Amino acid sequence: MSQAVSLEAGGRVRRRKLVNRAMEGVATLAALLAVGVLVVVVVSVLQRGIPAINLDLFTKVQAPFGEAGGGIEHAIIGSLILVGLATLMALPMGVLIAIYVGEFARPSVSRLIRLALDVLNGVPSIVIGVFVYALIVVPLHRQSGWAGAFALAIVMLPLVSRATMEVLALVPDTLREASFALGVSRWRTVLRVVMPTVLGGVMTGTVLAVARAAGETAPLLFTSSLYANAVTFDPSQPLPSLPVTIFIYADQPDKTLNDQAWAAAFILIVFVLALSVTARAALARSRRKLEGR
Amino acid sequence: MLLGVEASSAQQPTLAGSGRRLSDRLGDLALRALTGLAALGALVLIGLLVYKVVDGAWPAVDAFGLSFLTNQVWNPVTNQFGALAFIFGTVMTSLGALIVAAPVSIAIGLYLSELAPRSARGAIGTLVELLAAIPSVVLGLWGILVLGPFVVKTLGPFLHSILGWTPFFQGSVLVSSYLSAVIVLSIMITPIASSISRELFLQVPRDVKEGALGLGLTRWEMVRGVMLPFTRAGLVAALLLGMGRAIGEAIAVTQVIGNTPNITLNLFSPGDTLASRIAAQYAGAVSNLQVASLFYLAAILLVISLVTNVVAQWIVGRFAVPRHA
Repeated sequence: MSQAVSLEAGGRVRRRKLVNRAMEGVATLAALLAVGVLVVVVVSVLQRGIPAINLDLFTKVQAPFGEAGGGIEHAIIGSLILVGLATLMALPMGVLIAIYVGEFARPSVSRLIRLALDVLNGVPSIVIGVFVYALIVVPLHRQSGWAGAFALAIVMLPLVSRATMEVLALVPDTLREASFALGVSRWRTVLRVVMPTVLGGVMTGTVLAVARAAGETAPLLFTSSLYANAVTFDPSQPLPSLPVTIFIYADQPDKTLNDQAWAAAFILIVFVLALSVTARAALARSRRKLEGR
Repeated sequence: MLLGVEASSAQQPTLAGSGRRLSDRLGDLALRALTGLAALGALVLIGLLVYKVVDGAWPAVDAFGLSFLTNQVWNPVTNQFGALAFIFGTVMTSLGALIVAAPVSIAIGLYLSELAPRSARGAIGTLVELLAAIPSVVLGLWGILVLGPFVVKTLGPFLHSILGWTPFFQGSVLVSSYLSAVIVLSIMITPIASSISRELFLQVPRDVKEGALGLGLTRWEMVRGVMLPFTRAGLVAALLLGMGRAIGEAIAVTQVIGNTPNITLNLFSPGDTLASRIAAQYAGAVSNLQVASLFYLAAILLVISLVTNVVAQWIVGRFAVPRHA
């Protein structure tokens, strides 16, 4: 009586399997496409950037109009100063906000502040540039490194603060309670017990924010873009920067300047990607450690 | 979270019975005040930002009122300014980028959470996220000098030959065009949207997925029937956040779009967006009314991005979507 059951897929099942195969193929292709685009962009920058790299780039400023040669030393130094100042502004402020939210604030208040930071993170960076222009550049009648750094700091603030909040939330309450139980006051607990455990997380969050700020152009356009082509260390003057230099040189019909734009893009991308990769690796490690895995 | 501690720290018993040490009380107060001030500072900063942008726009609001939003003329010579063409361009480019990036991002999320060999997941995930770290000005430089010529020589004619009958691919493409802007924006928002989708898909409980597979569904049927419905709200939030990025992107767009106010569905023609117009005029605004009109554009941009973000955050909070740094 027993009838042989075919294990071969029939028409309907076969169609379902084919659809499944097709969709899996599409998803795989999409991932390959994204990786492919990254490769294409990075390779174009390498291809055009590396040949344009030379010593002059790091030791000379822009050549006078119409002359060949010259470099982007002023932009490299300016970028370092701008991002450094922005970090000095955003790091303490961001950490203090996170401590308040993590250790002191009532839930409703901390929700409000989190929302505010998320909103700030969502404000287009060009609008931040326009804001700082109105706040600092207009009253002083001139652009300055301070204004540019302040605009970059606004970009960094939510990143630093949210990263710090996230690691603070990972600190087990038992650690704080143990400290309280020993009679240690709250401020000492925060500064001596809680903060040291999250230091790594704060640092990596900051490095990611630095990587982001180093590549930002829009906040600087209205605040620190009308600079002299010279090495400047004085933040009360407009400071040159790599992103603004790329932005301006990319549009020039001059081959030398185009090449320098690629070289600047190469330097910037190496800097930014190196920071991101290190920070991500460190972040993953410190998360694992805090979560005790 | 620290309720028990909150209560006890107010009346910490001490052996000496002389109350808490003065330095402790002062220290607590000082740290609380200092951090509280910083938090207050963040709120003030946002208030000030909104105030300053609106204040700067006021002369233009005074002169044009709401007709600014519906007027498409932008003429510094006659001092006539309107935002319609820029609003149109912003909608056009960000929707275009969303249409390209949404299916790709969801597919990447699915690949990374379901399909990729375990050993490749971390590496590919990191590569996709690094795409997000590329500065927009570098992407714009690539857009002008590499993508532009490629679009003119290869992609444009190809699209025209198969889709030339739609209103989107008419005539021949210029080096600077809506099309280049859409491509650059898609590249910018795909990494964000796809890494959030991956997190979402990883959150789908294993037993639900295995239940579906156990019923004999194929993997794709399980994705469509279980994973997509389960993560729908989060996916919408992820795409909204990505679109917020696209709406606000000034630099890369201004580099590739051609900065010509242009209301047309034809992706082959140059255009302009709110953000790219502001960026393009950084050194060029002369009259006070023109500057005020740029602030007006910034105010519109601010409102759009605030709404997009608040809605996305609301969805995130409501449906407990994982955060992404």
